Amino acid sequence: MSHILLRDLDLADIGKLDVYVANGGYEGLKKAVAMPPGAVIDVVKASGLRGRGGAGFPTGVKWGFIPQDNPVNYVVVNADESEPGTFKDRQLLTGNPHQVIEGALIGAYAVRARAVYIYCRGEFWDLAHRLDARIEEARAAGFVGENILGSGWSCEVYTHLGAGAYICGEESALLNSLQGLLGQPRLRPPFPAQKGGGLYYEPTVVNNVETLANVPYILANGADAYRKFGTEQSPGVKIFCVSGHAERPGNYELPLGTTFRELIYEHAGGVRGGKQLKGILTAGVSAPILPATDAVLDTPLTYEDVLNAGSSLGSASIILLDETVNMAWAALKMVRFFKHESCGKCTPCREGCYWMLQLLERLNRGGGAPGDVDLLDEVAAQMIGKCLCALGDFALNPARGTIQHFRADYDALFEAAGEVEAEVETEPVSEPVGV
Amino acid sequence: MLVEKYKDRIEKTLGKYPDKRSAVMPVLYMAQQEYGHLTPQAMQEVADICEMSVTQVKSIAGFYTMYFEKPKGKFHLQVCTDLPCALRGADHFYAALKAYLGIDEGEVTGDGLFSVEHVMCLAACDQAPAMQINFSYCTGLDIEKAKAIIEAIRTTGEYKP
Repeated sequence: MSHILLRDLDLADIGKLDVYVANGGYEGLKKAVAMPPGAVIDVVKASGLRGRGGAGFPTGVKWGFIPQDNPVNYVVVNADESEPGTFKDRQLLTGNPHQVIEGALIGAYAVRARAVYIYCRGEFWDLAHRLDARIEEARAAGFVGENILGSGWSCEVYTHLGAGAYICGEESALLNSLQGLLGQPRLRPPFPAQKGGGLYYEPTVVNNVETLANVPYILANGADAYRKFGTEQSPGVKIFCVSGHAERPGNYELPLGTTFRELIYEHAGGVRGGKQLKGILTAGVSAPILPATDAVLDTPLTYEDVLNAGSSLGSASIILLDETVNMAWAALKMVRFFKHESCGKCTPCREGCYWMLQLLERLNRGGGAPGDVDLLDEVAAQMIGKCLCALGDFALNPARGTIQHFRADYDALFEAAGEVEAEVETEPVSEPVGV
Repeated sequence: MLVEKYKDRIEKTLGKYPDKRSAVMPVLYMAQQEYGHLTPQAMQEVADICEMSVTQVKSIAGFYTMYFEKPKGKFHLQVCTDLPCALRGADHFYAALKAYLGIDEGEVTGDGLFSVEHVMCLAACDQAPAMQINFSYCTGLDIEKAKAIIEAIRTTGEYKP
């Protein structure tokens, strides 16, 4: 089957405007601007497309929240791809950039936006500059700027570079960052779609790169064609990023509903070196780890099934951990990430991450006290639901998930303290207390 | 002065946003490019361009990891040591890289060419270990490849991906 999203794997030059147009590119936008904006939203609603950034919120419903009569609306593309284990948006924007631009323009038309901002993480410097050139190509062809395709609707597309802050992938922090404010989350309501909650406090749609890359196909081929893939509650295709101990790490575009087993063993070549798979992270480091049991491996990769299995599909960033990994070490790695990335605004997240890291460092050094594992679990539990954004809730999952499923790995730290100490010596020291 | 030297770029950047303050991040990058790191003078110029107080500019510069308030090497090597990369040897790679260069984090080699830093996920986990040399991605690394890259930079004075 040819790809819907990762079309660069089928056509190496799809990033060039003429190749993209010769292969059906911008047909979705042409169809969209010939329809009333509300009808475009209806098509996306009917497709059942859900947000690919992690939350899985229905895209058409999100677009439908924007007041059509407001004079200034915005679309913001979230290209702040920073979740460990996630590298799909980078491939999309590198290999098939016009499809993302086209999807963003369709969204902008549907909500009558006057501008699209593509917020790229700072490390995507080269990528963002290439994207600027692609936007200019699209402008020259009449897809961007004044009176797009003779529709009477005008829209600009701009890139904006972040500067190294995971929190800016959180939509309200991203909006603050774009406004030149500290990239910290906002109190909601008002939500971004509402007056007072969006970019420059105007109604704003914030969509992930991959979400928007689906939209041209949906407009060009119809909602029913899209629903041929996936399941009733999780329609369509998804890019699964496979990393860690996979034989063939990489991006795999497959229908939602593909099982973990098929993804890992048929597409990603199984576990490196023929080792036994021990744990699977499904949403980068943000959702609880799952043990690699048969029941988990036979779980279909859908929003609903992964939730029922005790984790979250999130951005579908699948990190494989083999039998050689002590999960308390993996928890240390993950918590160190959150400790570094906590923006410091909410006390439970800022302090919770700090203390979880202290405990995990002590445990991994082999100097832990017997009650430390329970204390770690307790500190994590105290963070549940107490922060302005999801980072606070994500940050507690590494500790809680590993304690729930791999408590024996923590016990092993007490038994083999000297051995483990040698192993973590090469770890970079933790960062000083945050921002 | 940035306003003179980067006049066109600044005007184009300000034109992207309805609000001058939104240009603070791109203008900080310009200042960093010009001065190597964000000196007090650079921050003042950014504040004037974006019509912000210098305190506000400093708070933005301090919040993000990619704005530098201290000098870095001409080639700043940023190695990802997050979980997916660490599962494929990134911690050992990073230790070996520091040993080869003879510097630790926050230090610059005597010739001013190199500095190192461990960074959070670079979105290149499928090609781990990975690092950025300034803004260029360098992936599928091992220490021998990294040594070859470093020596090529020492010989030519530039990095060619």
